[in-house]
Order: sequence, then structure tokens, then C-alpha cells
Amino acid sequence: MSMVLSRMDALPSSTRAEEGRIYRAVVTLCFALFFLLLPALAARAEMNIQEVKSKKGITAWLVEDHSIPLIAIRFVFDGGSAQDPAGKEGLVNLMTGLFDEGAGNLDSDAFQQKLDDAGAEMSFQAARDGTYGSMRMLSQQKDEAFGLLKLAVNQPRFDQAPIDRIRAQVLSGILANERDPNTVAQQRWLRAIYGEHPYSRSDQGTKGSLTTITADDIRAFHKANFARGGLHVAVVGDIDAATLSNKLDEVFGDLPEKQALAPVADITPKLGQQLEVNYDLPQTSLQLAWPGVKRSDPDFFAAVLMNEILGGSTFTSRLFSEVREKRGLAYGVSSDLVDNKHSHSLLVTTATRSDRAAETLSIVRQVVKDMAESGPTEEELAAIKKYMIGAYAINNLDSSSSIAATLVELQVDKLGIDYMKRRAALINAVTLADVKAAAKKLLSVTPAVMVIGPPLVEVAGGGKG
Amino acid sequence: MTRTGIGLRAALLAATLALVAAFPAHAADDGEVKDFLLDNGMEVVVIPDHRAPIVTHMVWYKIGSADEPPGKSGIAHFFEHLMFKATTNHAAGEFDRAVSEIGGSNNAFTSYDYTAFHETVPPSALEEMMGFEADRMRNLILTDDVIKTERDVILEERRSRIDSNPQAVLDEEVDATLWQNQPYRIPVIGWMQEMEQLNRPDAKAFYDNYYRPNNAVLVVAGDVEPDAVKAMAESTYGKVARGPDLRPRIRPVEPEQNTKRTVTLTDARVSVPSFSTQWVVPSYRTAKPGEAEALDLLAEILGGGNRSRLYQELVIKQGIASSAAAYFQGTMLDDTNFTVYGAPRGDARLADVEAAVDAEIARVVKDGVSDDELERAKTRYVRSMIFARDKQDDMANMYGSTLATGGNVKDVQEWPDRIRKVTADEVKAVAARYLVLDRSTTGYLLPQQQAGN
Repeated sequence: MSMVLSRMDALPSSTRAEEGRIYRAVVTLCFALFFLLLPALAARAEMNIQEVKSKKGITAWLVEDHSIPLIAIRFVFDGGSAQDPAGKEGLVNLMTGLFDEGAGNLDSDAFQQKLDDAGAEMSFQAARDGTYGSMRMLSQQKDEAFGLLKLAVNQPRFDQAPIDRIRAQVLSGILANERDPNTVAQQRWLRAIYGEHPYSRSDQGTKGSLTTITADDIRAFHKANFARGGLHVAVVGDIDAATLSNKLDEVFGDLPEKQALAPVADITPKLGQQLEVNYDLPQTSLQLAWPGVKRSDPDFFAAVLMNEILGGSTFTSRLFSEVREKRGLAYGVSSDLVDNKHSHSLLVTTATRSDRAAETLSIVRQVVKDMAESGPTEEELAAIKKYMIGAYAINNLDSSSSIAATLVELQVDKLGIDYMKRRAALINAVTLADVKAAAKKLLSVTPAVMVIGPPLVEVAGGGKG
Repeated sequence: MTRTGIGLRAALLAATLALVAAFPAHAADDGEVKDFLLDNGMEVVVIPDHRAPIVTHMVWYKIGSADEPPGKSGIAHFFEHLMFKATTNHAAGEFDRAVSEIGGSNNAFTSYDYTAFHETVPPSALEEMMGFEADRMRNLILTDDVIKTERDVILEERRSRIDSNPQAVLDEEVDATLWQNQPYRIPVIGWMQEMEQLNRPDAKAFYDNYYRPNNAVLVVAGDVEPDAVKAMAESTYGKVARGPDLRPRIRPVEPEQNTKRTVTLTDARVSVPSFSTQWVVPSYRTAKPGEAEALDLLAEILGGGNRSRLYQELVIKQGIASSAAAYFQGTMLDDTNFTVYGAPRGDARLADVEAAVDAEIARVVKDGVSDDELERAKTRYVRSMIFARDKQDDMANMYGSTLATGGNVKDVQEWPDRIRKVTADEVKAVAARYLVLDRSTTGYLLPQQQAGN
């Protein structure tokens, strides 16, 4: 009995499945939003980002804030689950489950006990192209907390018993989802659009691949991945630059200098195909992919503004209005720019009653076609620029942890410590012609389409329900 | 690493539950919570937080699905959706556009005991938000056309949330079994056949009865001064006429439970079985002093995370479960539920997991908890309150949900002290009093024998 219903949620429907890759896509998307919305950081007037460089050469961005006695640190090492060797899919994800399972001379139980005593929360996550770590601690107990983080980062034990236990838990998750229609469908989708590229694989691994992963495999990847060369760090909260400088050396200063990662190729998703995954379900999920845009592309903001108008996070987007507000065909409908390091796409998702799925699909296509052919109006563009400029602080700087996450992504994308001050001007410089051109370029392409549910039934007339 | 589904859900739930209470204000000015009443009966709580030029504005109505008239299930949530339609002063979508134009965010949610509407905006827009929110408290235009289209939206929402998810289908019927008489037996979203019949007169009656300033709590958290908030509230909400006095929220209560009840769903989409067992227990509002706090600590010690007994025993020591946890939902108007759950891993059977969970319950009932466990659980709760202060909307939600379920500002602020006072004997006593397996309700989610793709 825990139901709280929101007007609009990211429902656990097809595209939000927790299954590996799509989950990652959503995570990556969030990061995309972080930098999309950045400049409004200016709104957080006193927020001053300092670059802290330690004696051993570790760099971190720091926002000091002494009003609450806590510290949040977040960091990433380049290289994530796309680094999993063929046949050992799930390795990086499994590794990230093991950092609080014993380090140095502390076994799993002793380590977790000390972490609890220190009042700190520590977590690691594998993304497609990065291995993330974060810790939230009380500033009074920062010495204990940083000490444990140092141990976890430098001397994880990867003992066999925790490996077997965490592996079994991951396996349970894989088994639990193996007959879930959306999970099955998403796996087929990845294979269809990415072929043999690592992005087509589940970052959780498979029943077969998980059993082959040994402690030595994990140790080897840890050694190749956890190096100063691929590290980005951000810290927010009750700590000054001098103290942080020492902590950076303590935690990261003794890591090897260079990473040894496998190259990952860029991949263009294979569009122009239709997948029907037939299940007898009361509701049909629809998923459509068009080309996306690279972060470094000069059209980046034009594409971002266009996507927001099409089906972005406000209640005023075209898809929301046409599919939900006017016709009541779906609870959720949205478009998202999926921004992975090696692949980009624009993804539209919705779920609708199965007997009207064909109608919903044709409306989505029509809304996209209109955008491709005519682009947005001057008014729509003006309104969405204001939204994008204003929304950053509210959406992304609402806690110390979210500020730290934002600052890490800025570093990964090499946008510069002054980027926030420049961002509003970058957005305002986008013209209507730019957005129209971006719409035409991305949305004139024939999309990849997936239908999960009963076979589509064409309904004469369609129209308003 | 994202651990398996249920574990993650437990973590989220634990996080939510941990936020049930607040940290006492630490500085003289910053963070000192103020509350007052407008002349029309609207309650106001202001939580200053000057770290960022952002303000969270929420209006909580003391009306939820458990207050719905018989046969009208889903009307509270449906009405929440209708609140975004046109009013006599603003066209449909105008409020949304006003929020998005300033880079704000807005949404609303409905639960058993309350319905809340909220916007997060720069402080300069606070008065405008209050104007919009006060307007739709009374001036909504409800036409049949609007009703019909939005009703289709909530039917799709039900298909998305419930029908597409075997766990949700099971949970719904477990609730209807745990609760034989109390209205928490009815899902917030409503039963499909009743939702399909919701109409304009239902909506109008609901609006007129409950959307009144004297049934609402305003919570404002962020970069604001209480005096300024008061002036703005008076010039916006203060202009809305007080409604008729509302009847006390007295609902049917549970009869004595004398049975062990089970509910089973077998579904082709399920591959790994799982179970949950629930009991009816008092909430913060209905409990005798100290009992709800003891239940919170019991939930934490028994199954609150990786250090809990269930996790240590079933997941780590015996190695038979992929997840095992417990939770207590204290912030409810009426009696609430205490839940334990688990799922097997490897070759273990569901029955083994259930038996091991039962054994842990029996052990805590018989031997109680250690002083060390109790101290650690208390420390974790108190620490979570410091972390909560880092997030403005968490603070707003704590106060809003407490006030909407019969509590007050003091209840929130004194909660850590009350937690600190709980003794090991009191934790043992609530375990013995409430966690009786012969009077419980268990739900089983099972795979079909054959793969059913």
C-alpha cells in the first residue's frame, strides 16, 4: 500500500524498463539535460565553482557551502560497461556492486560496519561509457568517510564470497525479467538498431556471461579503469579548498597515471525498420527513434530546443498536447535526445490502449512530420528558450548531490568552468531558421519503430475519442 | 550498481519513509519554520532555505482516495487531473505555460489521505503561482468534453500502472484483502469499472465539498521570508471565501482480524517468485504515544537495509534470498500497514525464504533487539534528517504530508527526540503485539509452470 499517483510520471513502461541498456539511455539522457539547462545556474547567484588542484595533480571542481554540515563527492572514470569483454558482459556492473564488500584489511562486514559508523553513504554505478562513484557524508566525520573511500577506490578486495553473492543477485534480476514483455522487446530493439556494437548488449550481462567472470577479470578491469588520466571529480558542501586538496591526494593520488581502455567505435543506429513484438496486453507501447545530435555539433542547441518543443519535459509540448490533452490517448508521451558517447538518437515513447494504438502511432508520426516540414513557430521558440534558460537551477541544482553530478558531466564534456555563464547566450543565439533546419535534418529520416502489444488494428476514421 | 528490482524499491521506500520527519531548525533565522492560519482557515507553513534562489510552493488538500464516496473510486485522483483545465480567469494550459516560461517545474499527486499541487520557481514568481493556485481552488470550468477526454487519460494511466504490471495487479488485491473495511482497501487510481463511469456531477460535488481554503495547507519552502509569504498568501488565498465546515474525517475502521489470509497471482510474465506479508498496525496519528516510533525502529532493525537482520541473515548468511526487507508506512491518517517481503535466489525455494523471514520475526518477538542495534538504527534516522535538509522539496513534503494526516509542525520537529527515547523493550513489545503470523495477509507472485511467451 504505497501508491502515490502523479499527474505525470516516468512510468515503468517500455522505455523506462530497468533492463540494462535502456536504463542507461535514460541515465545518459539526464546528463544531457544537465548541460542543456546549465546557464540558469547564474540564478544561483552566489554559487562559485573553484578549481582545486592537489599536490599530486588531481583536479576537482568545488562548490563550498557551509550552511549544512554535509559533503557530497561525485567522480567518474572514463570507460563503463561498453568495456565489457565479449563473453564477459556484466563485468563492470558486477564490479560496481563490490566496492562496499571489503577493501584493504576490512572484509565485507567490517567495511560496511565502518561505513555505517562513519555516517556515510557510498555508491558506484556503471554507465555505458563511465564508471561513477559518489559519497555523501557528514562533515564532522569526513576523515573516516574519505578514509573508507580511499580504501574502496585503491584496495577493493573482490573476495570470492561477495562476488558470488552479488553475481547471484544480478542473476536473479535477469531471471526475474526474462519473461517481461518490455524487457524482451528492449533487448530485441537494441540488437536491431545497434547490431554487434557493445551498446546492443545488456550491461547486466546474461546468464551465460555472468558465470564466466572471475575475480581476476574484475581486478584487471579495475586496474585498467581506475587511473588518474580518466578521472573527473566534483565536490559540494562543507569543506574548503585546502582541506579538499589533501583529501584528493589521499583518495586518488596513488592511482596509476594512465588508463588502459579498449577502443569503442562510434555507431549510427540502424533506423528505417519496424519491429513488432506481439503480446496479448491491454496496452500497447510504442517507441520510435530518429537520428540525434552530438554534444559537439554546432546544431546541438537547435536540436535541443526543437526536441523540447516536440515532446520535452514541460506540459506544453506538441506531443503532450496532441496525444494526451486533446485526445486522451495516453498518460505519458515524450521525446528525448539520447546522448551516449558513441551514439545519438531522438526517441519518442508512449503507451496507449491497444485498440487505438494504430491511431496513436499515426498521430505521433503526423506531429513529427509537421515539425520536420514547418518547424516550430517564433512564439514556441521564444517560450522554450525562456524555459531552458530558467530551468537549470530548479531541475539540477536542488541538492548538493545533484550539483556535484552536474559539475562532473561538465568536465566529461569539456565545456569549461565558465560554461554556465555562457550558456544563456548560446541558447539565445539559436535562430528560428536553425531550429527548422535541425528539425528537417533529424526528423525527415524514416524512423525505427517498435510496437509492443497485440498486432496493430487499423481503425477507420480515428479522430477524437 | 543497480541491484535487483525489489531491493531498489526497498531502498526508495526506505528513503521515503526516512523523510517522514524533520530535523530541528539549526540556526536562529535560517531554517526556522513558521506556521500560521489565514482568516479563512487555510494553514500555512514556511520553511526558509536561502542557499539557492528557488522556492517550492505546495498546496495540500486534506482529501484523498480514502475519503471518496462509495462507488466513486478514483474521483480524488481524477479530480487532481481536472485541476489543470480552464478556469473562469485562465484558459487551459495558461498556468503550465506560465510555469515553463520561467523555467519552473510543476506537477501534482494524489494519495490515500491527501492531494497536493506544487510548483518550483524563482522567488519572484511566488505570488503569481499563489494567484493561479488560489484561482483554481474555486473557479474551475468543468465541461462534459473536458471530463470525457481526461477520463480516457486516467484509464490509460491505470492500464500503464496496474494492468501492465503483475506486481501491481497483485498488490491491489492484497490491499483489498488486508483491509476488509477501511477504505485503504480501494486503489488510489480506482477500480476500472467505476472510473469509466465518473462524470461531471461527481466531479462538481467533489470540488465543492473539498477544494476550500479551510481544507488546505500551504507549504512554502525556499528562499523566502515568512512575513513576505504571509502578505502574499493573504492577498491571494486570503481572498477565497471560507467553505462550510468539513465533517471530521471519520472512516470505517478494521474489524478484528482472526485469520491468516493469502492472495496468489500466477502470471506468464513472472519468472522469479516473491512474497510479501502485511499486518494492520497503528499510524503516527492513531498510535499510542511512542508506538509508531517503535514501529519505525523495528522496521529499520528488521529490514531497513544492508545492515538489517533480514538482509544479513537471508541474503548474506544463508544465501537464499536476492532481497529481503521490511517497511512501515507511518504517515497515514488511519491505521496503516507493516510489511515484510522477500524473493529467492539460486536454487532456494520461495517457501524457504518465507520460512526464514518468519523465523526472524519470531526471534525479534521472543528476544527483542539489542541496545547496539537500536542505537545504530536511531543514528541512521537522525542522520537522514540532516541529509533531508539538503533538499528543499523533501522538507516541504515532510511538513505537508504530516499536516495533511492530522499532525502539526511540532510533531515533525520533535520526531528525532521521540525516536531517541524509544527503548529496546518498546520495540520488542510492538513486534509481539502486531507481527502475529496467524493474523496476517500474504501475497504470492508466482510464475506459470510453463514458459508462456
